[in-house]
Amino acid sequence: MSDAVLKMTSVVKRFDHHEVLRDVSLTLHRHEVVCLIGASGSGKSTLLRCANLLETINGGDIELFGQSLLDPRIDPDLVRRHMGTVFQSFNLFPHLSVLDNVALGPVRALKRPLNDVREEAMALLARIGLQDRAGEFPDRLSGGQQQRVAIVRSLAMRPSLLLLDEVTSALDPTLVGEVLDLLSDLAKSGTTMLIATHEMNFAREVAHQVVFLDQGVLVEQGSPEEIFDHPQHDATRAFLGRVR
Amino acid sequence: MSSENDADAPDTPPFLFAPWRRQILRGRNGLIASVSSSVAIVMAVIAILFWTPGGTTFRFYFLNPHFMWLALRGDPAHAVNSVLGGIVTNIWIFLLCEVLVLVFALLIAWVRISVSPLLFPFRILATVYTDIFRGIPFILVIYMVGFGLPFLGLGFLSTQSPAVYACIALTLTYSAYVAEVYRAGLHSVPHGQILAARSLGLTQYATMRRVILPQGVRTVIPPLLNDFISLQKDTALASLLGVIETVRAAQIGTDSYFNASALTMSALLFLVMTIPMTRFTDHLIEKDREKRLAGAQ
Repeated sequence: MSDAVLKMTSVVKRFDHHEVLRDVSLTLHRHEVVCLIGASGSGKSTLLRCANLLETINGGDIELFGQSLLDPRIDPDLVRRHMGTVFQSFNLFPHLSVLDNVALGPVRALKRPLNDVREEAMALLARIGLQDRAGEFPDRLSGGQQQRVAIVRSLAMRPSLLLLDEVTSALDPTLVGEVLDLLSDLAKSGTTMLIATHEMNFAREVAHQVVFLDQGVLVEQGSPEEIFDHPQHDATRAFLGRVR
Repeated sequence: MSSENDADAPDTPPFLFAPWRRQILRGRNGLIASVSSSVAIVMAVIAILFWTPGGTTFRFYFLNPHFMWLALRGDPAHAVNSVLGGIVTNIWIFLLCEVLVLVFALLIAWVRISVSPLLFPFRILATVYTDIFRGIPFILVIYMVGFGLPFLGLGFLSTQSPAVYACIALTLTYSAYVAEVYRAGLHSVPHGQILAARSLGLTQYATMRRVILPQGVRTVIPPLLNDFISLQKDTALASLLGVIETVRAAQIGTDSYFNASALTMSALLFLVMTIPMTRFTDHLIEKDREKRLAGAQ
């Protein structure tokens, strides 16, 4: 298909002699939401970190808009500006106000004028209902609010796709909902997302494709109905049986 | 009484009082105790100064108000420099070195933690530099710089006043220490911060400048100030090169009057200079501790 945003082909990643990703192939199309599921240590996070070049892969290829990211002329900083990344532990900058957290990337990486960026950042914060907290420091916010700010921070870069790494795993159960609601909104408005998650109901609701990873192997891939209702592999059935 | 559970219960109520030594420290007694222990210590110092066999001589030689006053104000008739005038030299040496050290040490720390292949030789150089200047006693550094540089015939570098050489020596030595303090601070920034910054597409430089540096430096402000307190005192070693700062002036006074009260005066002036800084450092450390305790809840 021509509208492939991110395409991973036979990706292999080793840490020392331990293979964390074995021959994983995955394509993310424009406006598509793909959920990665699998036990802790199955390689979900590593896959995301390979995608935005925080890790270098040992085999296979990764393409962004048809351009191989293994090309030596590639500037990883430019690649990452097209991919918003949200972490399990938020990683907001504690020394910057909420507004400055959101504005840092556009101002310092994209060199856009501060006033434009601030205006846009305020609009983004208004979207998550936190415009009144713009001047506060992140540690004054709840975990759910912090994670929503982190999501908005990556949106401020106007990325082509979002990579989300178990963004609700560090949250209080009561705060998970607000973050997932935001992600559902983003999915509805056509944001391209690759989401590693443990929230099966959420994956069933928003994903166009669900990918099941087991010990670094892509075991099964398909629509939510196919994976959740009619899993073809024993490993998938065993995993779904455990998380239900 | 008949139940088996009561078998271990004592016949008399248990003895639950603290020993009397701790009882007397409670409540109002605690205040009395702290006041009386303070008084006792002051008395002990006075007793040493006044009732020891050499007390009178000591007081005459070190705590003579007349000579302290002469030292403070200076005595041109006897070619004795004012220790107050001397401390001005200490202060400007300190202020100049402080700025130089802050900048130079940051540069070294930055180079040491950088990963750029371009900076490889500088990384080695920075490591060797910190090893050398943390390892050589400062007194040797100041002699080597103060008496060595003039020999080199390096243009303007070899024709400076002794005070400038003292500044160079202080900056060289203190930068090595302060660079390590900076480095510890920069390393203390959580790795997630770097990941987040790089994921936003910030360059290595921007990540350092906007994310790591502001956080890393903030955590090491108290230890940095600590090093600057000792820098304030080590300005006295400029006297080894013949700079007439406060300690040298006090030595001149001591030699002229055969009385060391000028040294005491000089010590008092150092205290006036350093105590505000030590108090301020303690205040920052306490604030930092409170913040971390609040964060731990």
